[in-house]
Amino acid sequence: MSIKILINGNEYEFEENLTLIQALEMTDIEVPRFCYHDKLSIAGNCRMCLVEVKGAPKPVASCHFSLSDLRPGPNGELPEVLTNTEQVHHARKGAMEFLLVNHPLDCPICDQGGECDLQDQALHYGINKSRYKENKRAVDNKNIGPLVKTTMTRCIHCTRCVRFTSEVAGTEELGAIHRGENMEITTYLEKGMSSELQGNIIDLCPVGALTSKPYEYHARPWELRKTESIDVMDGIGSNIRIDSKGSEVMRIMPRYNEDINEEWISDKTRFIWDGLKSQRIDSPYIRENGKLIAVSWDRALTLLTELIKKTDPNRIGAIAGDMVSAEEMFLMKKLMEKIGSNKYDCRQDGSILSNQYGRSSYIFNPTIAGIESADALVIIGSNPRMESPVLNARIRKRWLTGQLKVFLIGQEHDLTYTYTHLGESPKNIDLKNMPLNNSKNIIWLLGDDVFLRDDGMVVLSKVIDCAEKTGSIRDDWNGLAILHKHASRVAGLDLSFLPLDENYSAKKMAKSKEIELLFLLDADEVDAENKYRIYIGSHGDRGASNADIVLPGACYTEKNGLFMNTEGRLQETNRAVFPPGDARDNWKIIIEISKRINKSLNYINFEDVRADIRKEYPIFTNINQIEKDCFQDLNRLSGQKQKLSSDIFANTISDYYLTNSIARSSKVMAECSMQKNSVEIRNG
Amino acid sequence: MIDTKKENKDFSFSEQNLSLAEYELSKYPKGREGSAIISILWIAQKQNKGWLSPEIIDYVANFLDLSQIRVMEIATFYTMFNLSPVGAYHFQMCGTTPCMLSGSDELKNVLYKEIGEQNSVSKDNLSWVEVECLGACCNAPIIQINDDYYEDLNAVDLKNIIDELRKGKEIKSGSYKDRLTSAPLNKNVKFFTQDEIERISKNRKKPGLEA
Repeated sequence: MSIKILINGNEYEFEENLTLIQALEMTDIEVPRFCYHDKLSIAGNCRMCLVEVKGAPKPVASCHFSLSDLRPGPNGELPEVLTNTEQVHHARKGAMEFLLVNHPLDCPICDQGGECDLQDQALHYGINKSRYKENKRAVDNKNIGPLVKTTMTRCIHCTRCVRFTSEVAGTEELGAIHRGENMEITTYLEKGMSSELQGNIIDLCPVGALTSKPYEYHARPWELRKTESIDVMDGIGSNIRIDSKGSEVMRIMPRYNEDINEEWISDKTRFIWDGLKSQRIDSPYIRENGKLIAVSWDRALTLLTELIKKTDPNRIGAIAGDMVSAEEMFLMKKLMEKIGSNKYDCRQDGSILSNQYGRSSYIFNPTIAGIESADALVIIGSNPRMESPVLNARIRKRWLTGQLKVFLIGQEHDLTYTYTHLGESPKNIDLKNMPLNNSKNIIWLLGDDVFLRDDGMVVLSKVIDCAEKTGSIRDDWNGLAILHKHASRVAGLDLSFLPLDENYSAKKMAKSKEIELLFLLDADEVDAENKYRIYIGSHGDRGASNADIVLPGACYTEKNGLFMNTEGRLQETNRAVFPPGDARDNWKIIIEISKRINKSLNYINFEDVRADIRKEYPIFTNINQIEKDCFQDLNRLSGQKQKLSSDIFANTISDYYLTNSIARSSKVMAECSMQKNSVEIRNG
Repeated sequence: MIDTKKENKDFSFSEQNLSLAEYELSKYPKGREGSAIISILWIAQKQNKGWLSPEIIDYVANFLDLSQIRVMEIATFYTMFNLSPVGAYHFQMCGTTPCMLSGSDELKNVLYKEIGEQNSVSKDNLSWVEVECLGACCNAPIIQINDDYYEDLNAVDLKNIIDELRKGKEIKSGSYKDRLTSAPLNKNVKFFTQDEIERISKNRKKPGLEA
């Protein structure tokens, strides 16, 4: 049903199920608001969005006034809404005056200054002096963990943070205690917050009551250079904005992308930036007498050239890490081919997932936005809350509508929504236990931990069997969803950065005496025991400390690069700052090595590399697009009659906050991890 | 004031209170047990000598399958819930306008002298707090002691009440000026007879309703 209304004298037509503020938004009329947020439930307590409705005795709050409640005039005139009258302005001014009664005038020392909703709106609706002579209210600050700093005197009680934690994050931790003048936002007995999405309440807070603790007094928003980029902490590639000042990343903010992260990002994405500055490798190192010493690029590369020349090409291998771009893997693969070796792998965790069954066997086919049209979800061997908190919030969003049934096979976790637990081992994948008859769009979500098992492909085959039997793989819906937790894995599989022979998989190469020289391209999760280990990467973590030659590279905020997220969506990072010290772009390092060994890769600039990768792999052409692949290849996987092991699905994320080399270098992440562990110990 | 110290004393409903709590739960549909929160908190407060300790909040949260902060929100919103220990006799003195004009300040002085600071328990196990309107303004000033109202008080009456309570004697609730419920105090006041009431009502201009 649609409805015609007059807004400020102009006629518009809208769907009837909208609220007034949504309709006004669609006509590009700006309505001031504090408590209303289109991803949260409606509270209607700030009273800033008041508008005049003809016939109504007083101004109405447009955020919770439904268009279907508008009535025509006595002679059948169209319902009329006015947003720019004297009455509206006066009403908003009144609301603003009350909000400012208890709000301190500490904008000069407030971190929100410059990007504060209250500050901006007070410019339009504030009055220039205060009529309030009494003492202002003062509220104690709350300690709610290492990420969110509170200055509760500034709070205007919009309750966005309370609604976010209970609705989106699914951890009912924040609440408003006491009442009226004494109302305070806090956690129960000032416990630290446990959500992996808590950083988002900083963005939601319209004033400076909740600000970022690590970013405290670091910079002003107008001093920051903003670079749009994407995140590499998990597989979904949340869209981010990197705010930098000079040569330093100051903070990371979410960027709106309805298809991926809506407007949320996880805490690891948001607060990782202090890890970008510590433990950085800023010059090449070589190992002499068991100790790493800093040397010049020339010396390190000369040594490397000698090593490559004296080693049999068949005894040279390469492992790519989880945060490298597609270009880097592409060049590394080219380099290895020039050297004459085909022993390279992008699966440093030992996964057996390969690309031989087509693209749809290793991506998240239903897409993240597709979760919102699913009516059943079977999670197999995964903990989406740890592997991808933002995706988990999407599942919860769908679950809250009451139209999603969730089944879990694997270890039990608090996923913030309820599920039917069907068992812990692959034997429990059985359609008999799942009442899926009435479900049309079923998602079969497999964690990539499943492929760390020897019977990983058999599990996949069994799942495809089930999916086909329930009709969840068809032309308009492919329900097979592999949830990757590594940013570069899908691109690696797309590029076939894989060994021809599984005997040369990353895990085996690292332990093999046969491989004498191993390139570790940002790979920190393998314990290489080879004769010569060459680490190219950004952080002095496990990989670098074991290496014989360390070549300093750039990390994701310092390079342009293509990444495929778990859906198979192509995205790119953009350089926000330059790598520190003598560190260089990884692609330049690889090309330099190729020149030194006289097997030059003929690329002059980065655009050439990108053009070439697109020529060979057209899938890397369209940014922000998912190349749909046919799912016929999946048939080859189904019906495999191998034996399933009865081992339970193990979960490999032991600590959400410390999953990669950047996170392990971050002090903030270490604090989060400490707090989480201490809570777990206290709760037994 | 919130007492946040956990004493690590386990709390659970007594058998009788448990059946009462379950009766309260049965008033609400399944999945909406949280709606019973006020009744449940009240039962728990009664069992725990008039106040809610953090252990009780945990217990009630568990009992109703709510998060602790949701229980805390309710417990702090209503003044009927005490979040710090109270005495065996808890005085709630009304200090709102009618009571104040009728002399509640005198009562307040007595309470300060006899019991001590607000929200603290005296040595002889009494406590007091000033509250907003108790809704019995015509019998002002009033004090609520535990579950009963004590009305038309003055400083002497209050002192007597406290002394009696200390001796462990029963005290009379209701008005201390021999008032019949909330009828006017002056015994010579003229009451309308039934005839007069009928005459007055007939003279009213309001037309009657045709049924």
